[in-house]
Amino acid sequence: MSTEREVLLDVKDLHVTFGNGKKAFEAVRGVSFQVYRGETFGIVGESGSGKTTIGRAIMRIHPTSAGDIIYKGNRINGRISRQLDRQIIQEIQMIFQDPMASLNERAKVDYIVSEGLLNMNKKMSNEERRKKVQRALAEVGLLPEFASRFPHEFSGGQRQRIGIARALIMEPECIIADEPISALDVSIRAQVLNLLASLQKSRGITYIFIAHDLSVMRYFSDRIAVVYKGRIVELAETEELIAHATHPYTRSLLSAIPMPDPIREREKKLTVYDPSIHDYDRNPPRWQEFRPGHFILANDREIKEGFGGTRETEAEMGK
Amino acid sequence: MKQETILSVRDLNIKFTLRGRVLHAIRNVSLDVYKGESIAVVGESGSGKSVLTKSFMGLLDGNGFISSGEILYDGKDLAKYKTEREWQKIRGGEIAMIMQDPMTSLNPLKTIGEQIAEAVRLHQPDIGGREAVRNKVYSYLRDVGIRKPEIRYRQYPHEFSGGMRQRVVIAIALACNPRILICDEPTTALDVTIQAQIMRLLKDLKVKYDLTILFITHDLGVVANIADRVAVMYAGDFVEIGTAEDVFYDPRHPYTWALLSSLPQLGQKGEELFTIKGTPPSLYKAIEGDAFAPRNPRALKIDFLMAPPYFEISETHRAKTWLLDPRAPKLEPPEGIRNLKNLEVLG
Repeated sequence: MSTEREVLLDVKDLHVTFGNGKKAFEAVRGVSFQVYRGETFGIVGESGSGKTTIGRAIMRIHPTSAGDIIYKGNRINGRISRQLDRQIIQEIQMIFQDPMASLNERAKVDYIVSEGLLNMNKKMSNEERRKKVQRALAEVGLLPEFASRFPHEFSGGQRQRIGIARALIMEPECIIADEPISALDVSIRAQVLNLLASLQKSRGITYIFIAHDLSVMRYFSDRIAVVYKGRIVELAETEELIAHATHPYTRSLLSAIPMPDPIREREKKLTVYDPSIHDYDRNPPRWQEFRPGHFILANDREIKEGFGGTRETEAEMGK
Repeated sequence: MKQETILSVRDLNIKFTLRGRVLHAIRNVSLDVYKGESIAVVGESGSGKSVLTKSFMGLLDGNGFISSGEILYDGKDLAKYKTEREWQKIRGGEIAMIMQDPMTSLNPLKTIGEQIAEAVRLHQPDIGGREAVRNKVYSYLRDVGIRKPEIRYRQYPHEFSGGMRQRVVIAIALACNPRILICDEPTTALDVTIQAQIMRLLKDLKVKYDLTILFITHDLGVVANIADRVAVMYAGDFVEIGTAEDVFYDPRHPYTWALLSSLPQLGQKGEELFTIKGTPPSLYKAIEGDAFAPRNPRALKIDFLMAPPYFEISETHRAKTWLLDPRAPKLEPPEGIRNLKNLEVLG
């Protein structure tokens, strides 16, 4: 079924390297995935895994060292035309993790939200701009009079809404949301997630949702890619991934999800991922589809015999 | 089963003066903390959970003060402590605290070994010479799960990852030899996998060092694992207190229902997550009735008129809601949280 859907973003063998010479560090090591129009594509991994770097490479914030990022049939990494650059700036927007740090403290909401518009279209009249700001604010559930206030006057959840309004006003097709709810209280999290979901419904926006928490992912994403040390180790549709998590790292992430069930939680065994179980020196892993739509990074022995060392935890994980 | 009380808070009121106005942050709170238990204080930001625990260590901001009530610890009333000198005897040695952000609670200019050794020398003065202190530090490092302590001793905080730094912070707290360990959102800044490991560690250390743990968090989801008891705080007051089983399997207060319902773990894909409407009440004004009533779509009339008392549901479980009054209509908790015991989610 996935073949019929329109591919919005196609990432092929992406590498991102920081520094050069001896100090070079490869943060993203050969990542490939496709994002379909209108879906929510989740990228999950621990801090330092490179998940943010992938998002930023798509945004053209980090230069790529190898591979292609194809957006609507055009390559958008490396040197591109000015016109394409402007198109991407408008069509791919980003929401950041920390709403306390991502808003200009010295600018009013009006300016923060419309800054992108001003940069793209300098000729826009003040009247038109103001109207657009009002509409964007209304869409994220903020009052129009908030436009004349400063960020410090808002709570964390409201600030995150401002961040979302700022992305929305560009009328993007794709939004990269980098841990948009990690810094928020649980009760506010639900509000922001609902807002993002309803915007997707009304506008058909494609999300690339980056997080470290699989429990939020499970609720929010259509497909999930699990990133470990710069590589995607497993990728599948959400239900498939949860039900048939195969890579030991994915399983350790699943076992770490805290559940509101004291008896089960106390008995739960944690699965800790130990990369030394692989024998990749002798038998390097390949990126392969081992169930329909379910990809995994593994070598042939692992596909045949399983990864081993994680089976005994199955009972505790409730499957 | 009668448990020994280690810390007892009685009718505590804490106020802050801010630009001539008075903010009533903790409103007549009573709580018994039992020896050897781990109790979780859960609430939204601004509910007063941090203020309450800071008052146990004399760490209230300069404009905050205890206006009435008692904090009884070891036969002494901590609420009457005024001078730093008095507090020094409590801080660290009796009650130690782990802060939220491991990135900012360590000194970047000293090796982590020195930072732990400092606590050892200060709080365990009879331990002996340099060699003994060093060995003690090694043993703490091993206990918090840091391997190769001889090498790690000489390293600086920037050489550690977030989870490892939090382990160092825990080692420092342990080196003070406390009886009560307050953990203020110790895992909020960490990844889920690391979070689970730190929770596991705290649980083990609690047994090994005979600690009482007071756990502060905004996320009910994370405390099921560690907490023996859960106290839910709203607008400066505990609205529900019970064992973890009581609060998760048989929650009674509408606010507890709301907190549980909004957990993304319980969300069904494609459906809206439950959200709590509105904002917590301003604590500058006196609160009339049930503080949660304005945000509770199913609030009763009396909720707006009179504050409910505690109703005892069982020996361990009490809640402040009129729903428990025999005259109140019977309201069922929201469907999504009725059966947390048999949750069928996540592999």
